[in-house]
Amino acid sequence: MIAFILRRLAQSVLVMLVVALISFALFRFVGDPVASLLGQEATAADREALRARLGLDQPVFVQFLDYIGRVVRGEFGISYRLQEPVMDLILQRLPATLELALISGFFAFVFGVALGVYTALNRRGWLSNGIMTLSLIGVSLPTFLIGVLLIWVFAVELQWLPSFGRGETVEIGWWRTGLLTDSGRRALILPAITLGLYQLTLIMRLVRAEMLEVLRTDYIKFARARGLTNRAIHFGHALKNTLVPVITITGLQLGSIIAFAIITETVFQWPGVGAFFINAVRFVDVPVMAAYLMLIALIFVVINLIVDLLYYVVDPRLRVDRGAARH
Amino acid sequence: MSEQTEQRPSALRRAWDSDLAYSFRTSPVAVISGVVAVVIILGAVLAPWIAPHNPFDPRTLNLMDGFTPPMQPNAFTGNVYWLGTDNQGRDVFSTILYGARTSLFVGFAAVLFAMVLGISLGLVAGYRGGWVDGLLMRIADVQLTFPSILLALLIFGVARGFIPPAYREIMAIWVLIIAIGLSDWVQYARVVRGATMVEKNKEYIQAARVIGVHPARILLNHILPNVMGPVLVIATIGLALAIIAEATLSFLGVGVPPTQPSLGTLIRIGQGFLFSGEWWILAFPAVTLLALALSVNLLGDWLRDALNPRLR
Amino acid sequence: MTQPLLSVRDLVVEFPTRRGTLRALDKVSFDIAEGEVLGMVGESGAGKSITGTAIIGLIEPPGRIAAGEIRLRGERIDNLPEDRLRRIRGKRIGMVFQDPLTSLNPLYTVAEQLVETIRTHLAVSEREARERAIGLLDQVGIPAARRRIDDYPHHFSGGMRQRVVIALALAAEPELVIADEPTTALDVSVQAQIIDVLKDICAQRGAAVLLITHDMGVIAETADRVAVLYAGRVAEIGPVADVVKSAEHPYTRGLMGSIPTLTQTGDRLTQIPGAMPRLDAIPPGCAFNPRCREVMPRCRTERPEPVARGGGRQVACWLHAREGVAHG
Repeated sequence: MIAFILRRLAQSVLVMLVVALISFALFRFVGDPVASLLGQEATAADREALRARLGLDQPVFVQFLDYIGRVVRGEFGISYRLQEPVMDLILQRLPATLELALISGFFAFVFGVALGVYTALNRRGWLSNGIMTLSLIGVSLPTFLIGVLLIWVFAVELQWLPSFGRGETVEIGWWRTGLLTDSGRRALILPAITLGLYQLTLIMRLVRAEMLEVLRTDYIKFARARGLTNRAIHFGHALKNTLVPVITITGLQLGSIIAFAIITETVFQWPGVGAFFINAVRFVDVPVMAAYLMLIALIFVVINLIVDLLYYVVDPRLRVDRGAARH
Repeated sequence: MSEQTEQRPSALRRAWDSDLAYSFRTSPVAVISGVVAVVIILGAVLAPWIAPHNPFDPRTLNLMDGFTPPMQPNAFTGNVYWLGTDNQGRDVFSTILYGARTSLFVGFAAVLFAMVLGISLGLVAGYRGGWVDGLLMRIADVQLTFPSILLALLIFGVARGFIPPAYREIMAIWVLIIAIGLSDWVQYARVVRGATMVEKNKEYIQAARVIGVHPARILLNHILPNVMGPVLVIATIGLALAIIAEATLSFLGVGVPPTQPSLGTLIRIGQGFLFSGEWWILAFPAVTLLALALSVNLLGDWLRDALNPRLR
Repeated sequence: MTQPLLSVRDLVVEFPTRRGTLRALDKVSFDIAEGEVLGMVGESGAGKSITGTAIIGLIEPPGRIAAGEIRLRGERIDNLPEDRLRRIRGKRIGMVFQDPLTSLNPLYTVAEQLVETIRTHLAVSEREARERAIGLLDQVGIPAARRRIDDYPHHFSGGMRQRVVIALALAAEPELVIADEPTTALDVSVQAQIIDVLKDICAQRGAAVLLITHDMGVIAETADRVAVLYAGRVAEIGPVADVVKSAEHPYTRGLMGSIPTLTQTGDRLTQIPGAMPRLDAIPPGCAFNPRCREVMPRCRTERPEPVARGGGRQVACWLHAREGVAHG
């Protein structure tokens, strides 16, 4: 088990280093950081001074190490576009994104599992077929289109819900939440659905496929041959075996929710990290792009690590057997 | 003495009777999707000839024609447009045709790139084995943990960063194709690698090596027919994904340049006019994109089921 | 004459496919008396497993029982609604499957699976169910049952797992146990043990056994009577000793001749030329006629019905039909 953890950790560190290299290359070789920071009027002397201060006269390898050192401390430099420290800008916007991601993830999981189980157990019903057809459309609908259509129906035509922004938010320490105000909650609905719909379809189809697969196994056949009740078979045996891979895959999806937030935030003008990143790409604001790159990589690597460990805990077959009798 | 020679049914007849064609004919979903997809693709390919106007030639535009609702005469000029016009007087029907053209171009090119890249890498990994294979598969695993849209976005963003500002707009479409293609090569590689490993150990490969013929060419000849089925399924679904990826990136403003709008760009423009009531600027590009993505996706699904031996 | 425990009459099982309907079982009839061990033998695809699955009512749609009757102590069970069938399964008919590795849910302990089965059919407390479970494990020969009952299936070796499976199948005290190739997936050294366990525990409880296998040696050792299946039809039924020593159906004779024994002289095992026909290509008349050394013109056009031959034997072959011209 220790070997397993160490190996995964080493892999993670390797990935982070590769991403750091790309970020660093971006930083170092795109445009001229000095010119971007100082503008046109700086003198040659000023430029030299800044160059020395940024360490740009050192060999590349040293600069890279230096970069890593700064990254680990959370210093990502100054945004070209907004002239403020990147880390601060990101931290300001993080709560908005996280709140959106968590709510939509929860929505996607709960409904996804419920619908998945229903359509697996009632394979031939008309409702099941209807749901499956809708889910096919859901997979083909790009997230941004879902958002736009939802806005059209609920904000423009019916005027029930707001079409942009977070509504009123309340500050709790460093966190800024929209859950405590009515307008905040209403502003969350459409974006959460937009963000979560794709995940919901994915989870639903996964649960359904997995459950159908499990229902075909020998141990389910044997359970039926023993006369166990349908409830025991479906929810005691089949569901438990289904959820094991589903939970792990859902965990992996958490990372992509944070990534897809980029799209949703743009559609709804949600003041989160994603929208911030898109602006950075459009204006080639390198420090922000580099920071976002590292952040995303970190999130994915950590999530994968946790999910791997979780799988290990949940599935007893993967645990080390002490004294497994072999006779 | 008369010899009755039985005519072997023509190739067309055989194709019509084949399992695949039968499966297609009897599946209403497949037929409808196929028709829709073909119609849109034809429209896009023939756009320069069949579009009533060229919406991107400024000389043909008349601002007074702007904001005309579908099928209603314009208040000023009296012109009637099937699907209406946008804020600059562009005929929406024409913009859809040209937009689909751009979307499909990027989509097909990206899939082609991904296929070529994936098949080559799969061949190398399968044939060489050892550390090359290990490295490639590890990279593939890591890449798979990221959603492909995000990857495409990151690759595009980073690549654009390295390109000097003057060239950015010209290169945009090619960088986009490469970015989307790069985000999606893994599945092709996996399938081909598996097939290669199976074939590699067979005797005729050893024989080829003895004669001096490069086994890779023989492998290609033998593997490709076997993997064509799964590769086609991956490519079809991959096309739908590529179209969606391009539309998303263009919608976000980090895709095709404004001079060559795709359906995604059109939707972005359309969203801005929702509140002022000119719904048609959004609706028709949206419907077209949806129809395209959905039909290609359904075709891919049908193809996968049709080629799956277990479901026969 | 006492009523047989299980009575199968003219059972037909069909599978509709795109190319037409396949008949996996074509008018199969046999009886199982209380407490007896009936072996069912035949090549792969002859219909043995399907027979077992049909009796316990687990044929997956679109497959279905198209005709015939299955009676358990005189009552029909083939046409029961699902909830009535469920109460029979486990409680009156138990089933043991081939692969012990996949027969047990890997996420639950043996105790949990046993207790669940027991409490589904018997109104007992959790603790009593657990005691019964331990007792069962003892009976099937699991050492240190009290300690090992809380282990997961993957902690047991193949042979031990199959014993657990047998315990599970008998947990609710069924009158008939269907064992579908119970030893095929096990090591040869373990096979004999498992057959013994099965036979003993069923004998102790007076349960009858339908032992389905392609291994004629196991049948010869364990069964009281044997039914030989070919292409979904019964070729021959009879007491084991009789059928082994003096088989009457040419197919059975071929089967017996192909089993190596210690007392055999000569240097070649007999082989039956050709292969069993696929379900969509069964020849008219007797299904065995293309491969039969003693084939007659009648065999190619008319299908032989089973004919009683005395001493509890039945043969479906024109060689032994009363009306027909017997081959000299």
